[in-house]
Amino acid sequence: MSGHFIIDGRTIPFRAGQTIMEAAADAGVYIPHLCHRPGYTPHGSCKLCTVDVDGRPASACTAKAQEGSIVENDTPALNDDRRALTEMLFVEGNHICPACEKTGDCQLQAVAYHLKLVSYRFDHFYPARGVDASHPDILLDRNRCILCDLCVRASRDVDGKNVFEIGHRGIRSRVIVNAASGRLADTDIDVSDAAVRVCPVGAILIKRRAFAVPIGKRTYDLKSVAEVAIEEVRAQREDEGG
Amino acid sequence: MTHDEVATACALRHGRSPTKLLQVLRDVQAALGHLGADAIDAVARALGLPRVRVEATATFYHLLHAESHGVYEILFSDNIIDHMQGKNELLEYMCERMWLAPERVSEDGLVYVGSTSDIGLGDQGPAALVNGAPLPLLDHNRLDLIAGLIRNQKPLSEWPPMLFEVATNIRRGDVLLAEPHAPGSSVARVLEIGPQGMLEDLERASPRGRGGAGFKTAVKWAACRAAPGSARYVICNADEGEPGTFKDRVLLQAHADLVFDGMTVAARVVGAAHGILYLRGEYLFLVDALEAVLQRRRDDGLLGNRILGEPGFDFDIGIELGAGAYICGEESALIESAEGKAGRPRNRPPFPVTCGYLGQPTVVDNVETFACTAKIAVRGGAWFAAIGTPESTGTKLLSVSGDCARPGVYEYPFGVSVRRVLADCGAKRPHAVQVGGPSGTCLSWREFDRRIAFEDVPTAGAFMVFGRERDMFEVARNFTHFFAHESCGFCTPCRVGTSLLSNHMDKLAAGKGSAHDLTQMQRLMHIMLTMSHCGLGHTAAKPVVETMEKFPETYERRLQALDYEPAFDVDGALETARQITGRDDAFAHVDEDRS
Repeated sequence: MSGHFIIDGRTIPFRAGQTIMEAAADAGVYIPHLCHRPGYTPHGSCKLCTVDVDGRPASACTAKAQEGSIVENDTPALNDDRRALTEMLFVEGNHICPACEKTGDCQLQAVAYHLKLVSYRFDHFYPARGVDASHPDILLDRNRCILCDLCVRASRDVDGKNVFEIGHRGIRSRVIVNAASGRLADTDIDVSDAAVRVCPVGAILIKRRAFAVPIGKRTYDLKSVAEVAIEEVRAQREDEGG
Repeated sequence: MTHDEVATACALRHGRSPTKLLQVLRDVQAALGHLGADAIDAVARALGLPRVRVEATATFYHLLHAESHGVYEILFSDNIIDHMQGKNELLEYMCERMWLAPERVSEDGLVYVGSTSDIGLGDQGPAALVNGAPLPLLDHNRLDLIAGLIRNQKPLSEWPPMLFEVATNIRRGDVLLAEPHAPGSSVARVLEIGPQGMLEDLERASPRGRGGAGFKTAVKWAACRAAPGSARYVICNADEGEPGTFKDRVLLQAHADLVFDGMTVAARVVGAAHGILYLRGEYLFLVDALEAVLQRRRDDGLLGNRILGEPGFDFDIGIELGAGAYICGEESALIESAEGKAGRPRNRPPFPVTCGYLGQPTVVDNVETFACTAKIAVRGGAWFAAIGTPESTGTKLLSVSGDCARPGVYEYPFGVSVRRVLADCGAKRPHAVQVGGPSGTCLSWREFDRRIAFEDVPTAGAFMVFGRERDMFEVARNFTHFFAHESCGFCTPCRVGTSLLSNHMDKLAAGKGSAHDLTQMQRLMHIMLTMSHCGLGHTAAKPVVETMEKFPETYERRLQALDYEPAFDVDGALETARQITGRDDAFAHVDEDRS
């Protein structure tokens, strides 16, 4: 069932089976997100992409587009809630933007700029989370992890390896790796794996590459998070030959 | 036996099926004491799973642990009702008697004392679990006795049986609890009237799910029956984790046949061959009796192949245990758990009736709902519909606990007033009632004429009574701790929100709160309500919202300043430095007033 729906007053088409997120991106409409990535199984956990569908909140990355529905996306109220969610992700971990190797390439940071996040209203947790530098080429810093599950999906669905999972629960949830020692070095991860490159934040980093691209010339230094997201979808469509 | 031998033996017991991972982990922990890295490896090998998947499941459940909890693990039930009955003092007493610190195994590796979410004995608390077995009605005398037994290293089988006696405390019975029921009579009846006839009776009876959500049972069963699939499943949700609820435990203790009859009726209607009783891990002590009932039913031709001689009517029920995760009461999380995974709710749609257990159409209903459907099969839809109110047909079991003379299970036709229940249970100067547990509704003394019904005060069954001397702020604080502990961690608003909320409540309790904290909490509530993935996040802030509205004075008197107080504790931050330097004099502290 294909058809049309309205997002922020604009009528856009959708193909059968498409989610609101996919249809919106095809039409060049950006919906903020962190755990979603084109081509990956939708997860629906970060909740940043929450939109109002006919007056009810729904995750755009998992909700299927419906004929004639009216979707609110870029509204002050929704963006204010998304900003609060982004703040929650920041205070939950230990983020060090000015010193982080990922600065300028980090989607969390870029979304925060997009949502005009300037300070935190919530108290920091300052959790004790480990850094795993055991692997010769890859650094795993759980301080900066936002539990988006992308590395889990990438390793399982793209690399066919099961290197990562989310272990524990609640505020103690952590990325765990496939080794009895708990060390990344003892897994079969390789620096060329999709799981290494998919991390939207600075939790999984390739060693010795931190400043290959100088600060100021990085992804989100040059383009907004919205532009990058829409381009990613276009590139993926071209790959698919569509 | 090596770890591999233990893991293989446990895996074989469950058909080496990866979907039985949680059951295998429970058995391996029972055999080895804990699930260390070697045990996880062994289970992964035995089931042919990536070890990281095994570890993800093992670390999700509160009753599974990677570290040893000694020979005797004692977990005190942590609901507010247990607190009111002296839980914290008893836990400290036990630790003192045994010379140990809470949440840490003793130096000699003998004993561990900790806390766990409500264990379903609210009518006979304070209560605890020892190696999974229930210890109701704890007091100093019983703890002295237990301490002696542990010190002498007596196996649980040699402990006095009275320590483990769990009463049913049925105080008022109606059609479910008081009327006799011949096992199998519901099954015989559904064979007589056929699945379509049963569905028509269900529509006439119009029962709604008793687990809290209140979905129409007839609609659910009809949808499952109509859904395409290669197999169908019937799951009984006995993951009764809502604090203050214990009526499902009583149904399974005293009326298991009624529940199994209901499941078998459902199997006939939807065409299922497999049933699962998903029992919360805290109810391990019910398993032997329930297995005996299932075996008797098999012997009587009420389960197995050709039930009651009907060709093609094959259905059996297996018991699967949870392991300490409230979220598994949510039906899709329960299904994930029954498939051996961490209990994180799925994205819906699709709903379980079309895509449930192993991706097949599945009916998941509460214990009490199945009991109702068994009755409807025998007595007919019109009979059932005449009980209760037009919108809420039938009766409701209430688990009554707290400040009352006669805690226990009460069955009333829907529409009963809160005041009537309070009078019947002998409530002592009631000030508030929490109906439906932390995720339910807090009623103040002004609202006692309201009625238990879907159209007024809906409930999954908890009915916690608070007398005039109780501090409703502490009630809400206990509930926020509960939600923070039980959040599965999947979505941002609930994972972070429940902990932020819990921290704000602790800050207020410590006398460091300000009006700013109340504003922040209100903001969090809005985000959790509108953006969370499932009902846990949607309702987690409700106890705070309602007590703030109905008992504002308990919050206001805790506010130190009317605008802002920092959460950061300057003096507390110096603690590490004090420990390193061995100092604790006045100059090693920051004056609170000056800071």
